[in-house]
Amino acid sequence: MSVGRRGLAVLAAIATTVVERCTLGSTVVATERPPLPARTRLAAGIGLATAGLSRRLGRGGGSVIGGRAILAVDPDALARLAAGRTVALVSGTNGKTTTTSLLAAALGGPGAVVTNLLGANLPPGLAAALAAGGADLPAALEVDEAWLPRVVQATRPRAVALLNLSRDQLDRNNEVRTLSGGWRAAFEAHPDVTVVANADDPLVVWGAGRAGAVVWVGAGQPWTDDAGGCPACGGRIDFSAAPGRGWACLGCDLARPALDVSLDGPAVLWRDGLSVALRLQLPGRANRANAAMALATAAVLGFDRTEAARKVESLDEIVGRYAVVDAGGVRARLLLAKNPAGWLEVFDFVRPAPVPVVVAINARIADGRDPSWLWDVPFERLQGRLVVATGERSRDLAVRLRYAGVEHVRRSDLLEAIGASGAPDVDVVANYTSFQQLRSRLA
Amino acid sequence: MTVSVALLFPDLLGTYGDSGNAAILAARLRWRGIDSEVITVRSGQPVPDSCELYVVGGGEDLPQSQAAVQLGADREGGPLRRAVDRGAVVLAVCAGMQIVGRSFTGPDGAPAAGIGLLDCSTEPGRGPRMVGEIVVDPAPELDLPALTGYENHAGATSLGPAAQPLGRVRVGCGNGPGRGVDGARSGKVIGTYLHGPVLARNPALADLLLTWAVGPLSPLDDTECDDLRGERFAAVLGRPRRRVRAGRG
Repeated sequence: MSVGRRGLAVLAAIATTVVERCTLGSTVVATERPPLPARTRLAAGIGLATAGLSRRLGRGGGSVIGGRAILAVDPDALARLAAGRTVALVSGTNGKTTTTSLLAAALGGPGAVVTNLLGANLPPGLAAALAAGGADLPAALEVDEAWLPRVVQATRPRAVALLNLSRDQLDRNNEVRTLSGGWRAAFEAHPDVTVVANADDPLVVWGAGRAGAVVWVGAGQPWTDDAGGCPACGGRIDFSAAPGRGWACLGCDLARPALDVSLDGPAVLWRDGLSVALRLQLPGRANRANAAMALATAAVLGFDRTEAARKVESLDEIVGRYAVVDAGGVRARLLLAKNPAGWLEVFDFVRPAPVPVVVAINARIADGRDPSWLWDVPFERLQGRLVVATGERSRDLAVRLRYAGVEHVRRSDLLEAIGASGAPDVDVVANYTSFQQLRSRLA
Repeated sequence: MTVSVALLFPDLLGTYGDSGNAAILAARLRWRGIDSEVITVRSGQPVPDSCELYVVGGGEDLPQSQAAVQLGADREGGPLRRAVDRGAVVLAVCAGMQIVGRSFTGPDGAPAAGIGLLDCSTEPGRGPRMVGEIVVDPAPELDLPALTGYENHAGATSLGPAAQPLGRVRVGCGNGPGRGVDGARSGKVIGTYLHGPVLARNPALADLLLTWAVGPLSPLDDTECDDLRGERFAAVLGRPRRRVRAGRG
């Protein structure tokens, strides 16, 4: 959580004093790799101390402010903290946090891998994660899709998993295909990176198209409305083959590549014939796809595919997502959906009517200031049950539900909304910052 | 009779929820007991010229020029021109307005022909991209309350003598910095930079378009829309601007 620029300066000043004392006697970041420059060690120490202070002051996880302190002291800290380390990045519009968690589990879980949770996926969050983790551990890092080119440049990853691209935070990422073009240029400039790419998303295929090596995964992408125009030639992309069977541009030769890894019911199938059964506790098609992406990425790093699969099966929630919590006597299952593509996947595992659905919508900066995407979600699918509209933009949602013919009520307060239906079980679907608010209210 | 609302190329021009405009028009007829249907025309499908209303949405540069070609921008006549000559109503939002104008800047940076339903032309704006809440006071002769929406575009649009602006910009950019107006209109064709989508936030504009298509309409209960409008106007006009903190997490 941000405590503002002045707060950062104060915290950094205090932290500097603390760190100057402790760096006299011992190194702050232990390392057997090429030693970190003194400036980076100092930066990391200040960052950790700042993050710790931020946490103690009750300002949140502290990784963003700590990371800002690190980058303020050493602007090249991200590159230096990543140097010599095995790094895997995960990026895309949807599924980043889940896939990164699955990948971290596949690589051995806490203690064996450095990772950034809680969505701190910009350079400050990445620097903070690397500074806090053991210097010789591999890193599995979630990266914001717009920042991916700069993070690839800085961290020189061994593998990058590209999940999907679709409309999200359009006030910030104005055109989805601009992101795809940025990815393409980044991988052309770094041919030593192996990209693990979702072959079912034309924008991902274009983004991965110039990479030195690609592992193509049939991870699916039910949402196709951002890829109707070919990223190569502007021609029309034909998705008329059965879902998951492929797509092709009618104007040029861009088409779904042959798959190296595919989903085969509950199993993941490799081109060399290995089939790995997956008994995930996480629900839905999207999470089977996320797991396949994570396993394919772990395989690029040299991890055993079958062992990795056993490790990812243990996860039953991802920073609160999919968890069932008690909220004033109501059993609420918490789900995250922050854009139309995410909603298409969530409809796949929302419990059937008459279980009410509470939908929480905010439009803060991290959500995108423009909630017009609500009109791209087929909320008509929630007809036949009560929907409770909540969050800071519940009025936008209420109007959308009215036109969708969905019975609904509106409650401004998140917890009041969970109780409003009177039902003992509800599914709660929240977007990014409303999910965070909900978690802190329920904590 | 069933009133047809054509939604043109949502796969190319649907970036900002603009398909909602078509659904809203059809629903507001249905709620008044008038049969209506949305005809979704996807890229590559023929465009019917017999619908009563047409909705053209916003999109990215490359799909925008694709859509212009499919609407007949590169030749005389074309289905949308024929429909308008017959008296059809058109709502064109953002890239949609640029397409139905005389010219816009194509993805290669060169001018591309529009369909010419509106006497306006669009070029890349000089300043930063225009993104944010927008409030427009409609031209008095339209007899509409203030319009609320969200804009997100780089293009700046100039009107020729045969087009009138939709209204004066109170907050936001509209057709471009310093121009003070948003949109273009001529006959029953309206273009605007407001999405949101625009008809969700402005039911009176939806009813104006419907009145042009089918004649006088009975009133509807728009309490929820009014709630939303009140909140948006309060957010944009009502409070002093406060510094907004950036960043996630």
